[in-house]
Amino acid sequence: MNGPAIELKGLAKAFRGKPVLRGVDLAIGAGQTTVILGGSGSGKSVCMKHMIGLLRADAGEIHVLGRDVTQLSERGWVEVRRDFGMVFQSAALFDSLPVYENVAYPLREHEDWAEARIAERVAWCLAAVGLAGVEKLLPAELSGGMRKRVGVARAIALGPKIILYDEPTTGLDPANSRRIAELIQRLQRELGVTSVVVTHDLELAFGIADRVALLKDGRIAVEGPAREIRAAAPAALREFVEGEDPQPSAVAPARGDLGKEIA
Amino acid sequence: MSARFAAVGQLGARTLAGVAASGDFLLLGFDTARALLRPRFPWRDALVQFDAIAVRSTPIVVITAVFTGMVLALQAAFALTRFGAKPYVGSIVGLSIVRELGPVLAALMVGGRVGAGIASELGSMAVTEQVDAIRAMGADPAQKLALPRVIATTVGLPLLTSFAIVLGVAGGMFVADLQFAIAPSFYRQTVVSSVELGDFFSGVLKTVFFGWWIGMVGAFVGLRTSGGTAGVGQATTRAVVVSSIGVLISDFFLTKLFMLVPAERVLNRVLEALR
Repeated sequence: MNGPAIELKGLAKAFRGKPVLRGVDLAIGAGQTTVILGGSGSGKSVCMKHMIGLLRADAGEIHVLGRDVTQLSERGWVEVRRDFGMVFQSAALFDSLPVYENVAYPLREHEDWAEARIAERVAWCLAAVGLAGVEKLLPAELSGGMRKRVGVARAIALGPKIILYDEPTTGLDPANSRRIAELIQRLQRELGVTSVVVTHDLELAFGIADRVALLKDGRIAVEGPAREIRAAAPAALREFVEGEDPQPSAVAPARGDLGKEIA
Repeated sequence: MSARFAAVGQLGARTLAGVAASGDFLLLGFDTARALLRPRFPWRDALVQFDAIAVRSTPIVVITAVFTGMVLALQAAFALTRFGAKPYVGSIVGLSIVRELGPVLAALMVGGRVGAGIASELGSMAVTEQVDAIRAMGADPAQKLALPRVIATTVGLPLLTSFAIVLGVAGGMFVADLQFAIAPSFYRQTVVSSVELGDFFSGVLKTVFFGWWIGMVGAFVGLRTSGGTAGVGQATTRAVVVSSIGVLISDFFLTKLFMLVPAERVLNRVLEALR
């Protein structure tokens, strides 16, 4: 494929008058793993949610696989989202459904497959994340790491071209974090997908990224190949590593309004 | 002075937020109605919800109806005795329960139980990103989550109300017989002679709206929930308050409307249109 898989141009978003994104310009290369780094409240999850249409931009443009999706209606997004898999920060599995139904959910939504074929696909997805045989368990019966991996299995069920990972290692112990990092790399290699990872976990970022973008003050401060960014260690990155004040004022309204756009 | 300006500004902001919320509510109503016409109607979910919402509300509706009928018989007999009209307890109990108390009390009980249940369930799903996950997978929360619940309450409440009406009148009969020695056969006769089919329709047709309202409010408030577990608590409270107030206010206007346009005529029109 030529050109970027996802392109953001001047993306801006404010919640209750408080700007979170102030003009994000970012091109996500197809077939690569791009990591968006940022502190808490920097708007990196907000940025990701625009890529899949969960939030609507106040200004700017969003292109997905060469298509301008900025003004797409919720119904128009349905088709675009078929090319996406998204792994949520909290895994966002449906608690009332067993693992099998969770992974089968996108298949039932988009395909008219016979049950046998769905079962086969679900088993394949779970094997791909190293969780064969947990089909009948409920999400509550799984550990945090396992829930995340089931979330990944659900994200790859439809054979997406792009997988979005929102804080994939948050709340996981080092061993599980490593496992998730390996999984992201392996899926990118084996499925040839474009991966976008939003995180504040530097070890994860430089372990898996082809390219790294640093989001600061609502804009992309630095962007480039992971190796160069790490070697150069620009001031912004250093500041980020050493810790800056989190901005609760920017986080709270953001969380408050995320839910509002649902209805 | 500036404080007064601030107050005006706040009032304006609140009004705007209220208008925006009403618009969003109508939009969800529209989306839900449209989802009804789409293929892949979520039958299984609707049945599961009907069981959870309607079938499992039966006990509280039964208890409410029976005891309301009983106390109404006590009060009616107490009052009617003064006029020497005690035997006509059945007429008072019948008309009150059929036209007003059956529908409204069933709606309030179901609204409390079910409105809270829907809001807290969908609210928990919203704050744990499950609603976003549904959208991210190309599915529609209005179809997957709101529709089955709204269908269950809209269909379930009229059925529960019919049930409540029968049991409420029976509760009155029980007290009339035991306490005031009014023969059940006479009680039944006074009920049948004073309650007309139109009264029944006027009562039960109201609950179609109440049911829709309860389901919609629960779903709307639930899907908009933000702010973690505290937000879920607030959403639950808000759903109960808004659905109960809405039932009481709309009850007055629907009753008035059905007096102007008798419910039977409305029903006949609807049946004709369906044919």
